[in-house]
Amino acid sequence: MSAEKIMILGVNHKTAPVEIRERLSFSNDPGTPYRELKIIPGCEEFCFLSTCNRVEVIFVSSTPGETEKKIRNFLFNNCMSYEEAGKYVYLHQGEAAIEHLFRVGASLDSMIVGEPQILGQLKQAYRDASEQDAAGMILNRFMHKAFSVAKRIRTETEIGSSAVSISYAAVELAKKIFGNLKNKIAMLVGAGEMAELAAQHLMNQGVAEVIVANRTFERAVNLARCFNGKAISLEELIPQLEHVDIMISSTGSPDIILNSSDVKPLMRQRRNRPLFLIDIAVPRDLDPKLNDLDNVYLYGIDDLSTIVDINKAERDKEAVRAERIVTEETLKFMLWLGSMEVTPTIVTIREKADAIRRAEIEKTLPNLGRLSDKEIQAIEKMTSAMMNKILHHPIVYLKKDDSHKDKKVKLALIRKLFNLDPGNSD
Amino acid sequence: MGYLLFQITLFAYFLATAAYMVYFWSQRAEIRTTARRILIGSGLLHTLYLVVRFIEAGHTPLTNHHETVSFFAWSLTWGYLSFHWRYNVRNFGSFVSPLITILMLIATFSSREIMPLPPALKSAWLPVHASIAIMANGFLALAFCGGIMYILQERELKKKRFGLFYTRLPSLESLDQLNSHCLAVGFPLLTLGIITGSIWAKQAWGTYWQWDPKETWSLITWFLYAALLHQRFTVGWRGRRAAIMAIIGFSAAIFTLWGVTYLLGGVHSYVG
Repeated sequence: MSAEKIMILGVNHKTAPVEIRERLSFSNDPGTPYRELKIIPGCEEFCFLSTCNRVEVIFVSSTPGETEKKIRNFLFNNCMSYEEAGKYVYLHQGEAAIEHLFRVGASLDSMIVGEPQILGQLKQAYRDASEQDAAGMILNRFMHKAFSVAKRIRTETEIGSSAVSISYAAVELAKKIFGNLKNKIAMLVGAGEMAELAAQHLMNQGVAEVIVANRTFERAVNLARCFNGKAISLEELIPQLEHVDIMISSTGSPDIILNSSDVKPLMRQRRNRPLFLIDIAVPRDLDPKLNDLDNVYLYGIDDLSTIVDINKAERDKEAVRAERIVTEETLKFMLWLGSMEVTPTIVTIREKADAIRRAEIEKTLPNLGRLSDKEIQAIEKMTSAMMNKILHHPIVYLKKDDSHKDKKVKLALIRKLFNLDPGNSD
Repeated sequence: MGYLLFQITLFAYFLATAAYMVYFWSQRAEIRTTARRILIGSGLLHTLYLVVRFIEAGHTPLTNHHETVSFFAWSLTWGYLSFHWRYNVRNFGSFVSPLITILMLIATFSSREIMPLPPALKSAWLPVHASIAIMANGFLALAFCGGIMYILQERELKKKRFGLFYTRLPSLESLDQLNSHCLAVGFPLLTLGIITGSIWAKQAWGTYWQWDPKETWSLITWFLYAALLHQRFTVGWRGRRAAIMAIIGFSAAIFTLWGVTYLLGGVHSYVG
């Protein structure tokens, strides 16, 4: 099969503004693309991927150029000329398309490189395509390969391991201080999306309890319910700190709510257990001098951003390693596609049968005692003839001119029957 | 035969240290495995060397400087490996292995000549006292390495400048635990070393304690560690202070081992 039949047409966050992407996503009726794309002639197999950062059609066609034109016109719904749409789309064919899909699946083409959602979205798109009967043999294998490449990259590189959000950075720091977060107590002072997200991350890491303090007690009770924690009033904050290990503060208070002199006597009662303070409030809630106390670690929002930046740089480094894996896997897939032609398949079948024949002859000859050259020749001739006769009909069947679709099915069947792709038995 | 074995051991330690350094930079798991295997190999070679030396000398090989320092390195190696078997402290090996190699180098440059045993040392207490005292040093050295790692890591966390160590070193909590575990083994050994020494002194010289400089300094070391442990158990001294104390304590222990011999003399001075 020629690789040039595989194409990817799409827009992403780099090529098109959000207004354009929205228009192509068909989010109000996800069934439309499947209905419409299916009736496009020449569009033999396809898959429609739509996320908030990208819309892509992955398709297989014997007449890629014409099919692409029709798909593009459908996507832009005739509200834009073919040429005008060209400013926003990217089009990959053959090897480039394979590489592109592998990169997308491995989250190398994402806005935040390494973010894990894209693989799930790609899997969902493939599931939809299968349900709609839009995926065929080539696409099945192509998509599965993209999943396994993504998995390989995830295990062999550390692309997904660094924290790239403020709330996640807070968790990473907590781990550097406490090691294990089990049995640790976190306290959330005030409210706010970022603080709550950080508390949620801490919960996921297994902290024992989340205490919520708020100016209005009722609010604290409500928030505490989300974390299965307990609520306290702001007045109890300092005495409660004796038991707390991690405190996240984000109140709207114009003044500092916790002074260095409040915490200093506490450290003795805490037997110097480390205290990790996170201040995400603007203006600040916590006295900057707190950081000078032994075993107290105070982090502001800017400090957390530094970690995020470092991790981003780290991630870019890992991305280089990931790209190498993509190149390697693309080559392997190209080889497989090449093997999907009739001629190489026939050659492989013959080679395989001949190898078996020769191995058996080598095994048998020594047991026959001394044979003359003539006798050996006769055996060779006989076994070759047997082999050719057995293979004759399968090969004729394979060579018979069929419609394109039948040919692919036949090839796949024959390759499976003779086990020509060991290890690729999906 | 003994000398060749020693040189091979030294070379193996060099290799292990180099591998640990490469691991520290690259952080690739397979390099760590290799480094650990080389270190275990070096430890086994070293053990063999000690046995050969024992046979060649005809007495416990802990009587001169070469032998003590080499045994010190040996205790450090096996102390580290035994810890490794129970706790996993990231990149600890990259700090311990250079120290082992330095000790081995010091041993290389000291005289390896086998001297007849002075009459005062002809006692069953020689292997007991000397090996316990040096093994104590091995564990105190581990606490020292842990202390340095703690200080490096805590400095980056406090100053919020995340450089080489932030990602590579383990959490403060595990480094602090390392400190307390090492002392939990090292301190009793140190105590036992002093007690056995004192009993031996009674037998050899007729008095338990004679304020010889080595005795005085080992007592000072003992008090430093005792103070650290006391504070840890009573008011919960930990973290940076415990790390600094472990470093100071080890400096005192090193002074007891070398400083006393070269600067102050005394009855222990033939040892070393």
